[in-house]
Amino acid sequence: MLLELKDMKTVFKTDRGEVTSVDGVSLRVGKGETIGIVGESGCGKSVTSLSIMRLLGKSGRIKEGEILFMGQDLAKLPEAELRLIRGGDIAMIFQEPMTSLNPVFTIGNQLTEAIQLHTDLRGKAAAGYAVQMLEKVGIPRPEAMMKSYPHSLSGGMRQRVMIAMALSCKPKLLIADEPTTALDVTIQAQILNLMKELREEMGASIMLITHDLGVIAEMADKVVVMYAGQVVEETDVFTLFEQPLHPYTQGLMKSIPHIEAEAEETLASIPGAVPPLTNMPKGCRFQPRCAFAAARCQAEAPALLPVQEGHDVRCWMAQEPEQWKVRKEEAV
Amino acid sequence: MMTAEYPAAPEPLLRIEGLKTYYPIKRGLLSRTVGNVRAVDDITLDLYPGETLGLVGESGCGKSTIGRSIIRLENPTAGKIWFDGEEITASPMSALRGERTKMQMIFQDPYSSLNPRMRVHELLAEPMRVHGVAAGAGLEARIDKLLDTVGIPRSYKQRFPHEFSGGQRQRIGIARALSLNPKLIVCDEPVSALDVSIQAQILNLLKELQQELGLTYLFIAHGLGAVKYISSRIAVMYLGKMVELGTKEQIFGSPRHPYTQALLNAYPIPDPRKRGQERIVLQGDVPSPAAPPSGCRFHTRCPFAQVKCKEEEPLLQGTGHAAACHYPLVTG
Repeated sequence: MLLELKDMKTVFKTDRGEVTSVDGVSLRVGKGETIGIVGESGCGKSVTSLSIMRLLGKSGRIKEGEILFMGQDLAKLPEAELRLIRGGDIAMIFQEPMTSLNPVFTIGNQLTEAIQLHTDLRGKAAAGYAVQMLEKVGIPRPEAMMKSYPHSLSGGMRQRVMIAMALSCKPKLLIADEPTTALDVTIQAQILNLMKELREEMGASIMLITHDLGVIAEMADKVVVMYAGQVVEETDVFTLFEQPLHPYTQGLMKSIPHIEAEAEETLASIPGAVPPLTNMPKGCRFQPRCAFAAARCQAEAPALLPVQEGHDVRCWMAQEPEQWKVRKEEAV
Repeated sequence: MMTAEYPAAPEPLLRIEGLKTYYPIKRGLLSRTVGNVRAVDDITLDLYPGETLGLVGESGCGKSTIGRSIIRLENPTAGKIWFDGEEITASPMSALRGERTKMQMIFQDPYSSLNPRMRVHELLAEPMRVHGVAAGAGLEARIDKLLDTVGIPRSYKQRFPHEFSGGQRQRIGIARALSLNPKLIVCDEPVSALDVSIQAQILNLLKELQQELGLTYLFIAHGLGAVKYISSRIAVMYLGKMVELGTKEQIFGSPRHPYTQALLNAYPIPDPRKRGQERIVLQGDVPSPAAPPSGCRFHTRCPFAQVKCKEEEPLLQGTGHAAACHYPLVTG
């Protein structure tokens, strides 16, 4: 295993006390594997990725659990050592490439800085390598690009630069947090293709965080679905799309207007909204929005358990269909 | 019932002829105009009562500017707009104000389009009071009815916008638009900022309202799935020009313009079994609308471009299903 999260819990200090943003997330990323994390805003998918890099600002911290990266626990690693891993063995690309590039330095400047920090290359050699990387991510006239500033580039080009920077230090794990959300569809297709090519060439593992199930279907090997700070379902991408077991995953699948689907009268939707972190419902966190909620769902929180080989679900109905039914009838 | 054909009444509710909206580029000390960003360049379009026309395209194609020009949030540079049989292009603002109650707009960002200091009650009462639609007890009754219509509990009347989720805020935006009994609603990316499960709720609400109140929508969006779900006809835009217009079946089933085809193709399909499929990935970025390419504006990225495409601008040709292309595709 390249990366293994064990019961990771991330909390933030707020005016109203401590808020748990990620509550006991466990997941594993194998070598060369692409894991997709899906969920809606506030489900904790981005905080999960930021926790791995420990980029939680002053108010956030990892309260419990382990983050094992090649055997080392990143949760306990001293800051100085972690800095060498960030941008080195683990690289990250973000949704908004404009805010992640420094506006007052040239692209070349920022790229060579990263290269000098994490490799043995210096001066001209580092600059030459930077040009090579820009070429690799499909940037036309890479020499000219080295001298340009971020503001003069389009969104797609900026994201390419971010990818070049992320990959320049040959990371073992690339964390991509909504890498194409801010881009137009035709540009998104370019970036996804590029990521696929580079994955094959460099053999890096990718953690892809997105709300777009289309992107997941296109890229991921394994998928983790998150809801309200917890993993609610985890399985391989084919099983997830063909046989989703958690009612939330099912609802998510049905509520996407499909461009290939025939026109239907009404689109399936999930009623209500994601509960606020400060006010989680009792029992199962999805229960107030769930069409199948029974008395047990309101009383007891289900755990994430395997229901089939390689298919984990956090749902009473999926785990104990017989008993769940009985209890539902009791409740009615 | 929604049909894909033109509604029986041939008289359009809204007619746009040769609409151009340019933004001047000013430079230097005297801020002289040195050029124009041709956001909308010669668009002709009819909108029939009760239909939903989807307007799609990537960022910068001018789709939002069309919507804003109709409502006169932007001043058109040239062209004519008729609404309900009357030409409104040259109407003074005072006359337009009355007319505008019949045309409303729903914006993308429900966070910035509601005044944060006003309570829901006031947000809904204000437009009705200003336009003298209702007063006193009638006003109160109408506010209650509007809240019922969009599915916000009446008891929330005294709350501020920040107390609501994104989906609820968009519902309030819709209630506000409905408060003046409009005939036409320009929906500018109404679901793009919302989570997937909430998007479906809002799309369903818009569809229900249309059937109930006989509304006409101009639905502007970049998400093709949503557009397909809600629209009867679709117009595809590229760099200020309309490149294709047809029923949703025509656009999705047998696109004639290479750009439309590429756009449909770029969309990731939420089915991992289809990931191996060959797709057309457009190269490069959208050119600047300040200096659009000669001839067909799409020729720089078109996989089928010929010499003629560079030299001669294609016109939107065809009745019903029209495409602006010298060499339209034969598909379907």
